[in-house]
Amino acid sequence: MKKRSDYRSTFYSRIENFVNGREEFLLYKPKGDLEAKQLESLEAELTEAADLLEKREARQRLQDMTEPLDFLKKFHRHYGKIAAIICVMLLILLLVAVSWLPPFGHPDNPAENEVIKRYIEKGEEETGAVNIVTGLILNYRGFDTMGETHVLFIAASCVMILLLIAEGEEKKSSYAFDRYLEPKNDIIVQKVANFLVPVVFVFGIYVILNGHLSPGGGFSGGAIIGAGLILYVSAFGFKKTGRFFNEHVYKVAKVSALCFYVSCLSYYFYMGAHGLDNHIPLGTPGNIISSGLILFINIFVGTEVACTMYAFYALFRKGGL
Amino acid sequence: MSFIENFVPFSIIICLGGGIISSALKGKTARVFTVWLLLAVSIMNACVLGYTVSIGHEFVYVMGRFPAPWGNELRAGCLEGLIGTFFSVVMFLSVVGGIRGQNDDIPVDKMNLYFIMINLMMSSLLALVYTNDLFTAYVFVEINTMAACALIMIRNNGHTLVAATKYMIMSLLGSGLLLIGISMLYTITGQLLMPDIKNAVEELARTGEYAIPLTAVIGLISVALAIKSALYPFHSWLPEAYGYATASSSAILSSLVSKGYIFLLIKIFYRVIGMHVMVGHKITNILFVFGIIGMIMGSVTAIRQNDIRHLIAYSSIAQIGYIYMGIGLGSTAGMVAAIFHIMSHGATKSMLFIAQRALVEVSRGSKNFSDLKGSGFRHKLAGIAFTVGAFSMVGIPLLAGFTSKVYFAEASVTAVHSKMWIAMITLAISTILNAVYFIRATISIYTPRNMNYLLPGYRPSRNTAVALVCFIALNFFLGILSYPIAYTIQTGLTVFG
Repeated sequence: MKKRSDYRSTFYSRIENFVNGREEFLLYKPKGDLEAKQLESLEAELTEAADLLEKREARQRLQDMTEPLDFLKKFHRHYGKIAAIICVMLLILLLVAVSWLPPFGHPDNPAENEVIKRYIEKGEEETGAVNIVTGLILNYRGFDTMGETHVLFIAASCVMILLLIAEGEEKKSSYAFDRYLEPKNDIIVQKVANFLVPVVFVFGIYVILNGHLSPGGGFSGGAIIGAGLILYVSAFGFKKTGRFFNEHVYKVAKVSALCFYVSCLSYYFYMGAHGLDNHIPLGTPGNIISSGLILFINIFVGTEVACTMYAFYALFRKGGL
Repeated sequence: MSFIENFVPFSIIICLGGGIISSALKGKTARVFTVWLLLAVSIMNACVLGYTVSIGHEFVYVMGRFPAPWGNELRAGCLEGLIGTFFSVVMFLSVVGGIRGQNDDIPVDKMNLYFIMINLMMSSLLALVYTNDLFTAYVFVEINTMAACALIMIRNNGHTLVAATKYMIMSLLGSGLLLIGISMLYTITGQLLMPDIKNAVEELARTGEYAIPLTAVIGLISVALAIKSALYPFHSWLPEAYGYATASSSAILSSLVSKGYIFLLIKIFYRVIGMHVMVGHKITNILFVFGIIGMIMGSVTAIRQNDIRHLIAYSSIAQIGYIYMGIGLGSTAGMVAAIFHIMSHGATKSMLFIAQRALVEVSRGSKNFSDLKGSGFRHKLAGIAFTVGAFSMVGIPLLAGFTSKVYFAEASVTAVHSKMWIAMITLAISTILNAVYFIRATISIYTPRNMNYLLPGYRPSRNTAVALVCFIALNFFLGILSYPIAYTIQTGLTVFG
């Protein structure tokens, strides 16, 4: 099949490249005496560039040798406006749809049905948790929450894929240049951290352990402990933190928390589905040791969330734990 | 309650657990572990399929002490069993077939992270297939999106980072719309369990209450899942994502990830909103039109590619168009054809990606057709597999693609007149366009060329060979023994209600 030599500059080709998301090709015409063929070789260079740096250079060369089309100039001028108009239209559409929804909190709403009623009326008796929300997310709908916890796990793993620096020279330099531009061993931060970090940890542990009694639970308590770890690391650096929280501890804590979590819930699902008694005493609602598995699940979730928070910080700061 | 029913939640949970354990293992060990795990999951799902076919009705698995709508539940009928089995088998073969590609493309110290993603992807796909609760579906859609992003960017070069960013933006747009849709649906029906929503929606459709929010919900959910599965105008993330990721990832993305979302959409059509409400809101017509445009445009763009992976990627856009065309016919026959095409395209595309990788390997790593000349002689099995895949996509009898085209044609004959003509003519044109680029690709890999492209000491990978043989067998199986599968799909859709 023979290609037209000026195919790239036809209107159809531009539209097609635009639809296919290859914005760099559509929109330029050769400047001065550049031939269409040379333009194509420049484009090929851009397509075959092996990495981001090469790609950027190739794009720069292409931009230097070409100038934008007239219609493109117009397009760029109006692009923002058109996008804004489309967004506003979508916004209006959604607002119209929302305005037809039932009023929030009205007792006759479809959402105020027997599902909610059982959660509120029987939640404490059936799950043993005074905090209905905890009983709802960890017991009634435990499977959803298990998925949600794995969302955190997978998010931390994704950040690792992007930012984790392997062993070798690069790792050494990243450790040496940690906090290159920031003050190290700032005395004010250290004194404040000395005072605050234990309090933050204790508060986080309190929130986790009381998850079934008061507002809070594994997710919020874990976030608090993670914040405490981050404060400690920004005050004292990775060397001191490494004494009690390093990569090894992180791995052991995360893997064991998640494994226990999954096995607890599997036991619970299995027994529940077969209508068997799961031998987990619910205790007296209101006591600290009550509500069966919920207390333990809160601890596991809290561990996982604290690890994930800290891992995000450490990975973004120096590419390792 | 039969013991096999436990396999449904168990296969989801051991994949989640497999992800956790993979994070503690070294790279190669994690791979061995994952491969055996996927094999076990495939066998379990096959048992579920056999069991559901033999009992002839669906069963519900309550996740915990509290029955739905208070607790969570999973549901399995023969259609879910079939799709679950198919997804796990294709996942297993894609991972096994791409082992050499993984060794080349993935940094050694990040290998275990890759298998975390494979495990969680499998688990989320199975959860999407088996769930009976719309919110559970959303939770696992999140996991699926992140895992897919990671599968693209694990091969760390510029292209994959750009591709992953594009994928993330488009996919998160889809997730956001889906979440808005689900919340609005919850507000007007007060339920999250699929059959309960359906009852409530039928009531709403009858009384005409909340008509505008219901229309908005249908639009939002359909558009969200269309974006996520790369229906034609939303496909701009696809060519780069499929074109530059490692071969296993491309195979998984093209044959499983987008298909998982389409299956969820079909489930929503039948079990959440109800088919006649969907057809009544004309959303099927819209999907039909975009499917038709996709069938043509994907193929037209594929013709002009010089890069074998981009060719396969653009051909995926055309095939997604076929599936949406089948859904858009708005009849049970069209839906059967669409689901059959999910399977035949899944089996074929993953094979093409794995075979392509082996062909590129014997062509000094170049993906251009000029360098690929003669590669069919240098790697005989991959050449055969590529030819089988290409013929199947074109629609040569005895192969999977042909059978699904026959089902599409049959379905369009029974549709309304205007749709029948458009669908038939587009099928014919699209088949010819498919032939143009696939036959050209096949001819060019079989154009003789001297053997000096072969690197000294090159030995074909045994894993790839095993996977390719299985894929070829799967293709012929789907092509020749299509009747029981179509019958199972039909029964499954009847059970769907």
